[in-house]
Amino acid sequence: MTQMESLPAWAALLTSLLVLLGAGLTLIGTIGLLRLPSFYERMHAPTLGATWGTAGILLGSIVFFSVLQSRLVIHEALIAVFVTVTTPVTLMLLARAALHRDRAEGRRE
Amino acid sequence: MSAAILSWSLLIAQVMLAIAMAGAGLRMIRGPRAQDRILAFDALYVDAMLLLLLFGIGTASTLYFEAALVISLLGFVSTVALAKFLMRGEVIE
Repeated sequence: MTQMESLPAWAALLTSLLVLLGAGLTLIGTIGLLRLPSFYERMHAPTLGATWGTAGILLGSIVFFSVLQSRLVIHEALIAVFVTVTTPVTLMLLARAALHRDRAEGRRE
Repeated sequence: MSAAILSWSLLIAQVMLAIAMAGAGLRMIRGPRAQDRILAFDALYVDAMLLLLLFGIGTASTLYFEAALVISLLGFVSTVALAKFLMRGEVIE
């Protein structure tokens, strides 16, 4: 908490804005996961958390640590690249598995 | 003043992510079929990773970053393994 006091005001405000944006979008995505009717619609909702939710919180973290340590801290970009690469792969595998199961059981939609 | 705003917004964001994790857990318990549960599991992993990053900002230590990286790696591997299992009935063939 003492280190947080030494942060300039613009960095603190920018960090809180980005963090709130990311967390809010993740929450909206999970509400979509809970409320949408069918599986193929539900599949779209959590990607909100995987794209802008992650990006907002990671950008907030980059701003916070860069200003706090007064040098450029971008190791958070590792997580950003990794999540961006892996989310489409997993969701495509999952969608193909679900499609395969639905077709094998002969149900429509 | 700005430090107070930052710590309050971190708290609000953590509460939001906790609610999101609870929602994903509810979908994982309730989900009508197996693919719903796997999707909720993936969302739960992403939410846990974001929550750890927020802990890292709140304590101003970079230790939590490694934990978040490991969680995202494990989430990818486990979701791919579960989807593969759902497709074929076995993971490594």
